[in-house]
Amino acid sequence: MKHPSSDGVFRYGSLVFALSVIGIIGLSMLVLVRGALPALTKFGFSFLSGTNWDAAAGFGALPYILGTLVTASIAIIIGVPISLGIAIFLAEMAPDAIRVVVSNIVELLAAVPSIIYGLWGLYVLRIFVADYIQNPIQGSFGFLPIFSGTSFGLNFLTAGLILAIMIIPTIASISREVMVSVPNSQREAAYSVGATRWEVVRMSVLSYSRSGIFGAAVLGLGRAIGETMAVTLVIGGATGASALPTSLFKPGQTMSTILVNQLSEADSGSLQLAALLGVGLVLFAIAFAINVVAQLLVSRVLKVQVGAVE
Amino acid sequence: MRRFKDRLALWLGALCVVLAMVPLISILYEVVKNGAATINVDFLAAAPGVVGHASGGIGPAIQGTLILVGLTIVIGVPLGVLSGIYLSEFGDNPVGRVIRFLNDVLAEFPSVVIGVVVFTLIVLTFRSFSVIAGALALSIIMLPIITRSTEESLKLVPNSIRDASMALGIRRWRTTLSVVLTTAKSGVITGILLAVARVAGESAPLVFTILGSQYFFSGLNSPMDAIPLRIYRLALLPYPYAQAQGWGAALVLILMVLVVNIGVRLATKGRLYSTRSRA
Repeated sequence: MKHPSSDGVFRYGSLVFALSVIGIIGLSMLVLVRGALPALTKFGFSFLSGTNWDAAAGFGALPYILGTLVTASIAIIIGVPISLGIAIFLAEMAPDAIRVVVSNIVELLAAVPSIIYGLWGLYVLRIFVADYIQNPIQGSFGFLPIFSGTSFGLNFLTAGLILAIMIIPTIASISREVMVSVPNSQREAAYSVGATRWEVVRMSVLSYSRSGIFGAAVLGLGRAIGETMAVTLVIGGATGASALPTSLFKPGQTMSTILVNQLSEADSGSLQLAALLGVGLVLFAIAFAINVVAQLLVSRVLKVQVGAVE
Repeated sequence: MRRFKDRLALWLGALCVVLAMVPLISILYEVVKNGAATINVDFLAAAPGVVGHASGGIGPAIQGTLILVGLTIVIGVPLGVLSGIYLSEFGDNPVGRVIRFLNDVLAEFPSVVIGVVVFTLIVLTFRSFSVIAGALALSIIMLPIITRSTEESLKLVPNSIRDASMALGIRRWRTTLSVVLTTAKSGVITGILLAVARVAGESAPLVFTILGSQYFFSGLNSPMDAIPLRIYRLALLPYPYAQAQGWGAALVLILMVLVVNIGVRLATKGRLYSTRSRA
């Protein structure tokens, strides 16, 4: 073993800082588990399956877990096709000038703070949803349970729409990168047998970048699940069984929004506080799992393909 | 038929771009139109008025955001830059790969969860919402972003420069700090600026750390206001003046964030590495 040199100190000193990431993730899990323990031991599995939310009847997180899943699903269903269209357009079809301008605008969409999407959602998108989507549909199909609800536009659909708008930049720009990193030999092979540009995209580019695009969509899903303030302002903030997502046009709640709405006012040591930290723990676990999958998919694809090009 | 499909694909792609632009244009239009009508010197400098009365401004919020961002830079930048140095210069091993992977996971983590963790650790322990708790939460959000951008910038420095410095007998740590880091300076600073713009707009983790306040800064152990938080509180009020003030605060915030983003993009003119994904 060598003497500890100044280089060794520097190397292991910087390692300590780098390790802080692992420390933060580990500590977060520990803190949430410990804080949620009173609620988890008292309610057991019914914490995940219960729908009540008050001190008398107990706490169950099911409506909020489902609320998160429903809003995120709406976001994915609307956001992924549009993002893919943008990515294909930018990577394979657009002239250079348009490509540069649009890429920059897409990046700017990603830079707009969540609370501003929320404000716009509350004062602009909500009115649009109420007037042009909700009222016409309820006028014709209002008897269907999935379309029942109040007419203020504060509902699952508005929340899902704003999430779709917010995750499009993420999915579009990563999908575009994945497509750009497809080797040109793939495209040339298709062109050489007389394929049109769209056929090249379909046969060479899309099939080659499938798992990377999937990774980008999973990353978008992770964003949608964790997104908070914009959703808080447009989802209406119901609690208990009435927050169950039984209709698109009903006020609801997600895991992240109930934290914003209730955590800072929960009494220290109360069961409600423990239940809220339990919701935080579930959100932590889901977000962690999704992001691990997404990183594996995206980073592996980009790494392998960048390596192949060099 | 094949030509037609080709055309159709092009137009569908263009349509998707237009669909994504409509919200951005609408957001910018509404924020500028409604915000500009509200903003004046008094609005920027004054404390919020009595709830329900159309008076006051967002002075404490602007002050709070500046203090918060300043503290976050002090905590987050050294941590992030040093982590990035480790990953770039010494991270080509299993430990480095694990750290890099978890760093990418943490970078995508919901900021609300980080707020909850800091709330449990700091606010519940010390029984007070505080500026410190808010700065800590924002630092944790900033850390993985800066780590990643620093690593990517340092990796762009050719090895020949490292070799040249070492060949002069300069030690590794001096080489890294004075030669490699200096060469990669503009990339590192760009990453820091984008991370600052990102955390300045964060609101969810602030709800349970600095809480918000009607007053100007009154100590690191007390609650404080910030622009994103003020927008949220105003949006919850049913009065027309609150809506107008919310737009005004939104204009201030969006100007801060977009000026940094557009400025950085113009200054680097497309030489910018991807800040979001690891390409």
